[in-house]
Amino acid sequence: MEAAMEIASHKMSTQTAFPAPFAQSAAGPVPRVSIRNLNFYYGATHALKNVSIDFPDRQTTAMIGPSGCGKSTLLRILNRMYDLYPGQRAEGEVMIGGQNVIDPSVNLNMLRRRVGMVFQKPTPFPKSIYENVIFGVRLHERLSKAELDERVEWALTRSALWGEVKDRLHSSALGLSGGQQQRLCIARSIAVRPEVLLLDEPTSALDPISTLKIEELVDELKQDFTIVIVTHNMQQAGRCADQVAFFYLGELVEAGPSSQIFTAPRERKTQEYITGRFG
Amino acid sequence: MPSEPKHIVASFEADLKKLRDMIAAMGGLVERAVADAATALLDRNPDLAARVIELDAKIDAEEHAIEQFAVRLLALRQPVADDLRHVIQALKIITDLERIGDYAANIAKRSIVINQVASSFTLSGLGQMALLVQQNLKSSIDTIGEASPEKAVAVWRADQAVDDLYNTIFRELITYMMEDPRNITPCTHLLFIAKNLERIGDHTTNMAELTYYAITGENLPDFRPKGDHTSAYIHNVDA
Repeated sequence: MEAAMEIASHKMSTQTAFPAPFAQSAAGPVPRVSIRNLNFYYGATHALKNVSIDFPDRQTTAMIGPSGCGKSTLLRILNRMYDLYPGQRAEGEVMIGGQNVIDPSVNLNMLRRRVGMVFQKPTPFPKSIYENVIFGVRLHERLSKAELDERVEWALTRSALWGEVKDRLHSSALGLSGGQQQRLCIARSIAVRPEVLLLDEPTSALDPISTLKIEELVDELKQDFTIVIVTHNMQQAGRCADQVAFFYLGELVEAGPSSQIFTAPRERKTQEYITGRFG
Repeated sequence: MPSEPKHIVASFEADLKKLRDMIAAMGGLVERAVADAATALLDRNPDLAARVIELDAKIDAEEHAIEQFAVRLLALRQPVADDLRHVIQALKIITDLERIGDYAANIAKRSIVINQVASSFTLSGLGQMALLVQQNLKSSIDTIGEASPEKAVAVWRADQAVDDLYNTIFRELITYMMEDPRNITPCTHLLFIAKNLERIGDHTTNMAELTYYAITGENLPDFRPKGDHTSAYIHNVDA
């Protein structure tokens, strides 16, 4: 064992032995979201335990873990969705652009403009495609008709839907396929030009081809946005994400570059989960 | 190291075990080929040498079977983390094993030639080298199935002794050739045999590196114990 240890320590001396989660991103991209010592409670249930993690700017971070591990909870904290429910509270620091967004004084409308969210099932409004895209924009900005048109085209183009819907912008969004509806929801989210885009299992209700389209979209969108995606699909996390964070029982077990997590995870728990040997 | 929990999908667990078993079986064949090739040389046994040459085809067939199985595993199971590393290890180790099989067959072929030429000198140095190479090969193959990085490192380091022996034999054979030109034919074959053994040692080291990676997810350092200096050897006649 000594020989192995000797070599291991030799290797580790050139890098940090067991870096704090995302220490490696400190040298790389600037974090867009910086979370420190975050705790979250559903009433008496302690759902997130002292989580510290950074989401680097213009990169995709995937959060994985078994159901109930806290990954969706973390997503819901980033845009204060939990505020809608009594008895739920967060403690700690969630810095987005220099502001602790869990501070009660934060303007929620402004926060949700900065942090867009797309859910598991497509949630189009029973309105036209055009109105769906422009819905959030109307709340935050006063734009001329021409500017609105331009914004709709921009958002639909960025979400790879423009070509498919440009001739029927004023027909109901409910007539679109599931995959198209999900891309429409992404268009609606990015139309307000947020900084951070949250995707909560965005492809779990979609067929494989629609799923790949969304994944391709995520790859495109990270040029402009910081993306956080919750997924149960391990391959998807590997394909889409620059970083992967593994949560278990409310704790962040391990976070690191996807290539490292899927080839040589540091933590035994991570390895057991991603290889399908879980408890 | 505590044992890993089993995979939830039992058939995946079974596939990974089958892969390990196939590697172990191929490793067994290769060990036998090297051992028999050495025996055929030292005991001057051309029949045994012929069997080693025949065995090579079987080793090649094993390689193909394992390769196909590993590719199937990658395509259908999409392994990650240590599972992925073990499949990659398997794919690369079978190439090393196959080459070792080739070297053993080459030793066997040359032993048949040497047997036809009278030679007065002793083969004990080669015998010792062959024994050491076999020991390291066996350890390296045994290590594949074990979760022991320290054993892999031990095998990785052990090749130095093989290289040292090779340098000695190299010089010795050159001396024989200078003493009597009639020695040139057998000694040239013996030089190639020594080189084959030395190469087997190198592949054994490769296998240990792959095993270390499969177990730990880390690569061993780039420098490795290599002591074959014969490529720079110049014999000074005046000396």
